[in-house]
Amino acid sequence: MYRYDTHDQTLVNERVAQFRDQMNRYLAGRLSEEEFLPLRVQNGLYVQRHAPMLRIAIPYGMLASYQLRKLGDLARDYDRGYGHFTTRTNLQLNWPKLETVPDMLAELASVQMHAIQTSGNDIRNTSSDQFAGVAEDEDVDPRPWCELIRQWSTFHPEFTYLPRKFKIAVTGSAEDRAAILVHDVGLRLWRDAHGEVRVKILAGGGLGRTPMIGEVVREDLPWQHLLTYLEALVRVYNQFGRRDNKFKARIKILVKALGVDEFRRRVDAEWAHLKDGPQTLTRQTVEDMQHHFIDPERRPISEEAIAGYERLRSENRAFARFVTNNVHGHKVPGYKAVTLSLKRSGHSPGDLTWEQMHQVADLADEYSYGELRVTHEQNLVLSDVAVDQMKALWDRLGELGLANPTVGTLADLICCPGGDYCGLANAKSIPVAHAIQERFEDLDFLYDLGPVELNISGCMNACGHHHVGNIGILGVDKKGEEWYQISLGGAQGNEASLGKILGPSFSRDKVPEVIDNVLQVYVGERLEGETFVETYRRIGLKPFKERVYA
Amino acid sequence: MPDQATNARPFIFEGRPAEDHWTMIREPESPLPDAPAIVPLAAWREEASNRQRAPLLGSDTELTPELAAELANAPLIAIDFPKFTDGRGYSTARLLRERFGYTGEIRAVGDVLVDQVFFLTRCGFDALSLREDQWLEDALQALNAFSRAYQPAVDEPEPLFRHRLREAVREAETSMV
Ligand code: HEM
Ligand code: SF4
Repeated sequence: MYRYDTHDQTLVNERVAQFRDQMNRYLAGRLSEEEFLPLRVQNGLYVQRHAPMLRIAIPYGMLASYQLRKLGDLARDYDRGYGHFTTRTNLQLNWPKLETVPDMLAELASVQMHAIQTSGNDIRNTSSDQFAGVAEDEDVDPRPWCELIRQWSTFHPEFTYLPRKFKIAVTGSAEDRAAILVHDVGLRLWRDAHGEVRVKILAGGGLGRTPMIGEVVREDLPWQHLLTYLEALVRVYNQFGRRDNKFKARIKILVKALGVDEFRRRVDAEWAHLKDGPQTLTRQTVEDMQHHFIDPERRPISEEAIAGYERLRSENRAFARFVTNNVHGHKVPGYKAVTLSLKRSGHSPGDLTWEQMHQVADLADEYSYGELRVTHEQNLVLSDVAVDQMKALWDRLGELGLANPTVGTLADLICCPGGDYCGLANAKSIPVAHAIQERFEDLDFLYDLGPVELNISGCMNACGHHHVGNIGILGVDKKGEEWYQISLGGAQGNEASLGKILGPSFSRDKVPEVIDNVLQVYVGERLEGETFVETYRRIGLKPFKERVYA
Repeated sequence: MPDQATNARPFIFEGRPAEDHWTMIREPESPLPDAPAIVPLAAWREEASNRQRAPLLGSDTELTPELAAELANAPLIAIDFPKFTDGRGYSTARLLRERFGYTGEIRAVGDVLVDQVFFLTRCGFDALSLREDQWLEDALQALNAFSRAYQPAVDEPEPLFRHRLREAVREAETSMV
């Protein structure tokens, strides 16, 4: 975990003081609504359908147990007792009081947290791989690089009023778990023949109303130049990105309009001036940063303990299900990364109560060296669990209702807050999620389906990533009524693709049945071992369409 | 409490309240007054050698090397913020200072508000002509919103990570004594 030094702490404290002053001026009428808006959103404070909403940054998804405890305290003391983990690995509190937000920020600062740039037309919280540092397929640990980017982008004097928001995602693994193809900038860290870190840079991806897959701007940037290159890239966007139309202001529109070659030419021309300048990273700086992310002193796990774990897995069916679905491989033998499912009936996807936050924090201390990660699928991860403690952890998770063995299945759906909370929604999304989870409860059916990603957004802003769901559900407004458009074939990861619309939209009560029909087509058509998206890619939209609209 | 601003725009030069000797003429009509005036770029070009004239750059003015060379002798350069959320001027000012070495006054004009002055100053604006209704006192305070910064900019040649390296060396040296 990155620990603040006095510089970081001072900056965050000064931010709290600054925002308190801005809030006071707003309440005193010296700052208009319109002028206060960009200031409050740069501190994560929205005003939503029912109440204000505070979005707290969880930089690259890393969370210490004491921080999660504090988040629980905030949910209990300032909100209605629960919080919502988002697809950008932040935490949203949906019912804070406007005037108390400066106090909330002060409490966050006391545990080295903040809500800086979680909204606004600035560089947002950088997101990353939830298995960073422990993944078996990792070439480069992205966390030190993410922290360098966090610092570079925090209060960047030139880039606080960009044409639109700007999101960066970073991965250092073979499998992309950070959705780098659908971010404004996606970074893939890799190693060259000399073991030196290189950066592949993608730009112009994004979802929202004009979804696009990012294009390659640079294949092999040497690590020293990461920050100067990003600065050149964002400067080009700041100068040439469209400002006349909010819906055409994202960098994807600029990259598309110029063509990636011309965009690259401009970035390179700008970079020629910044290259080798003061922001060029030094080996010492990177090494110092890497020291913040050293491995915990893991207790060695014996062969017998590993064998015992495997034995339990073969004997206990329920345990085996949990392991197969929720437990992920680890670079160190005898250790695993465990996903805690925040998808369970009676709770909105991604929600956690304050009691559960405290309990999960305790579990992190007991079973995973006091650290957690937030995933963009809206789950939590304990990244360092010894296999000889897996059963005990599983039992405890079961008691908390967080052991649903459905990670990666249809039930592990992604869902935005939608019409229940969000002022921009066309339709509710949470009740749709519940209806689908209820209909497809049978574990054997879910397992038989294999990996299916189902993503729901309440409007075309796509906070629920519906374009990249194998099955995407989008809330649309038809003459004041809530309808749902279904798309198929989207995917995230290395082979990211955007879904295609199935046809006319449906009323809410029809949605589970439509999903059922879609799944039946897959079950009927699939070849041995084929996943949902693979079948879709082979047979296309037509068979699904015929069945659903029959 | 500070005075609520009158019709005049609060003006700050090099971090202090100052008197503004220049008149802003956004739509010049001839003849122009025989006094210091900031005029749109096109009008300035017509009498670029007149030291009583200064150019106003629009937020969408692309700062080419040719334009920068032209501007080198201007007594001051004003950069317009048609809306405070239009952030292009920040890049323009940095380029003037860092790339083209302009050392004269760079002035922010237009929708210039208290809560932008800190970043404007970091980007090389040494003159701030605030919107009429802004409170001078608040703006002066906002100039000191932060005591340090992660990034280098016009006010600070080095990123924080380079300071940290030096601090670490210093600590190591003192601990050896
Ligand atoms: C409830 C308040 C929220 C509001 C008002 C809101 C607003 C928006 C808007 C306007 C966009 C589209 C921006 C654009 O395309 O230029 C957007 C995109 C997005 N939001 Fe939200 N959002 C909210 C909550 C959330 C939540 C809870 C999540 C996570 C579950 C989230 C994650 C995202 C993501 C991932 C994108 C999209 C993709 C992209 O920009 O490329 N947002 N949001
Ligand atoms: S997708 Fe639309 S409805 Fe859902 S949270 Fe985003 S803006 Fe709101």
